[in-house]
Amino acid sequence: MTQSETPLLDDLEKGPWPSFVKEIKRAGEKKPAAMDLLRQLELSYKEKVGHWKHGGIVGVMGYGGGVIGRYSDRPDLFPAVEAFHTFRVNQPTGWFYTTEALRALCDVWDKHGSGLTNFHGSTGDIILLGAPTEHLQACFDDLAEIGFDLGGSGSDLRTPSACVGPARCEYACIDTLDLCREITLTYQDEIHRPMWPYKFKIKIAGCPNDCVASIARSDLSIIGVWRDNIQVDADAVREYAQNGLDIQAEVVDLCPTECMSWDAQTQTLRINDRECNHCMHCINLMPKALRPGKDRGAAVLIGGKAPIVHGAQMGWVIVPFMKVEPPYTELKELMEKIWDWWDENARMRERVGELIRRLGMRNFLKAVGLKPVPQMVFRPRANPYYFWDPEEVK
Amino acid sequence: MAKTDFGPPDYREMIPPIIARNYGKWRYHERLRPGVLKHVSETGEALYTVRVGSPRLLSTDTVREICDLADRYCEGHLRFTSRHNIEFLLSDEKKVQPLLDELKAKGWPVGGTGHSVSNIVHTQGWIHCHTPATDASGIVKALMDELLPYFESMELPALCRISLACCLNMCGAVHCSDIAITGIHRKPPRIDHDRLKNICEIPNVIAACPTGAIRPDPKRQSVTVNEERCMYCGNCYTMCPAMPIADPDGDGVSIWVGGKVSNARKPPMFSRLVIPYLPNNPPRWPETVEAVRNILETWAKHARKHERMGEWIERIGWERFFELTGIPFKEQLIDDYDLAIDTFRTAATFKY
Repeated sequence: MTQSETPLLDDLEKGPWPSFVKEIKRAGEKKPAAMDLLRQLELSYKEKVGHWKHGGIVGVMGYGGGVIGRYSDRPDLFPAVEAFHTFRVNQPTGWFYTTEALRALCDVWDKHGSGLTNFHGSTGDIILLGAPTEHLQACFDDLAEIGFDLGGSGSDLRTPSACVGPARCEYACIDTLDLCREITLTYQDEIHRPMWPYKFKIKIAGCPNDCVASIARSDLSIIGVWRDNIQVDADAVREYAQNGLDIQAEVVDLCPTECMSWDAQTQTLRINDRECNHCMHCINLMPKALRPGKDRGAAVLIGGKAPIVHGAQMGWVIVPFMKVEPPYTELKELMEKIWDWWDENARMRERVGELIRRLGMRNFLKAVGLKPVPQMVFRPRANPYYFWDPEEVK
Repeated sequence: MAKTDFGPPDYREMIPPIIARNYGKWRYHERLRPGVLKHVSETGEALYTVRVGSPRLLSTDTVREICDLADRYCEGHLRFTSRHNIEFLLSDEKKVQPLLDELKAKGWPVGGTGHSVSNIVHTQGWIHCHTPATDASGIVKALMDELLPYFESMELPALCRISLACCLNMCGAVHCSDIAITGIHRKPPRIDHDRLKNICEIPNVIAACPTGAIRPDPKRQSVTVNEERCMYCGNCYTMCPAMPIADPDGDGVSIWVGGKVSNARKPPMFSRLVIPYLPNNPPRWPETVEAVRNILETWAKHARKHERMGEWIERIGWERFFELTGIPFKEQLIDDYDLAIDTFRTAATFKY
């Protein structure tokens, strides 16, 4: 028996969790590039360092982003991955697929690339991992033929993404899928042609559970909320109690605003909705009995991002409640104002949240025409260094 | 020239008929068992979801196999979650058990619902990134092999979201996870002066440094790095390939805990650094796996029901967290970046 070329990675074929090494080997049965990828990765496992070169601009006609250049730094050893570029392909909203569409995608990718994919990348795109330079245009042409367009990369609007929303969730306060698709289609130019200071990400969550982590992972986070009373089905509440849910301990005592009470004798739940802050805990525990109210819309937050450059940030509330219904004019106008201000003022590679830190939330709110409200802050400032507009001091 | 700017396929053509019929009409859901959800509509129809863990990196042939299953059990439709899980969507309850049997026979793990460890959001790592400080898929595989019982059950105090980013760029934006693993460098960049002057824009390189450690070096048409100020973020390398920072001995992983994005009970929280460095030890990163397991199991043992990692730590206090986990409190855990003072304690209330 010949000795394996990849003893370290072979170890990761063992164990119960599905193995990415098996996936690479499986692609490698047809594609020499997948086997060279595995061999290069084995070298990385030996040397504890990556072997992809920095940069290299590639693309397809008519687009400024969506394809990311990737070159091996050891083409002498791994010639089949000398050029091994990535396609970011815009996912169907909510990551729903027909098997027909997925199979068509697989056929295109087998024809042009390594046969390796990610379902999905961090921003939500389908990632097609590893195509040689000479196949890029033909691969895109074939993708277009089956109805798949490219996603964003570089300093552009990155592919928007949304939670499953009303397709399969009773918590959805907004139609996340329709809104996401509408934004995606309206701003195709912004997605496909990088012309901004840096990247801009949009994620849409249907409720404050934020299953797509929009508050952490997007510059503009749109979170479905309601502002009237929680809808209560009193019989269903009793059913939860009878089935063993300790409503006092698990629901009422954990309510952050102490706006609920439970009468164990009469098996009655009372909610002082005026004091509810809509955190979702009680609804999460009793979805059959409690539902978000009927006056629904979205909160809009700005500035979420990962650490580079000035530290990780979560989105900050700029609109606590906005009606979001087709054609979403108010939201789109706000987004366009934000982009204008950011584009005009930001330094190269300055995310909108960092620009707000540099120039001040006050200037940002003025520029985009939003009035200050207490929901924007956890607490007001504690320092005396604030500005007055000379107009106000006349 | 091919058509451009037509956007993604319309999700309305991708959703299964039962979802089209009940779009926006879902009334409630139940977790029938780990990995199996039942959503009931106002129309009375019920949708069964079977959630399956995937390695994220999939060959086209495996995608086709997943399609075969969806054809047989789900009328040719399926979806993926934001955490790389596959979801089979069934309109026929009778098909759920046969699908579960077939998934089991084929070695696909079912779970990730409710109070569980769901799949680990992760990045490319050494497989396909040019700035990684560690691998992603290997650590995730090693971890999930060990944590599988927590994926396949719902016995934890609350859900636990684990995420991994292979450098500080954090493509996975892991900074609000119950447990986050982040690749880090520990040595300043090395400057290739001859290359730098030809391929890098010096003002951009200087501006890329968050600590102001990079200065121009006009004599060499290059830059210098004040190594005492460098915090190894690697942003200069992103701007300038002539400043490589990856280093076999310097690189490794860090562990962060207590973040969340959900608003339930407490507002969203950042993850906080608890272990500043563990070595890159492929193929299975035993130190990292053990550290994550220790944190997870210590939380599972001590937290109250519904208490996420960060809520538990806030209740018991960080000094108690370090005592219970046995993790040494290192100087790197005390912030010295620009919002550091927000983390310093300004109270005389402690636990000893």
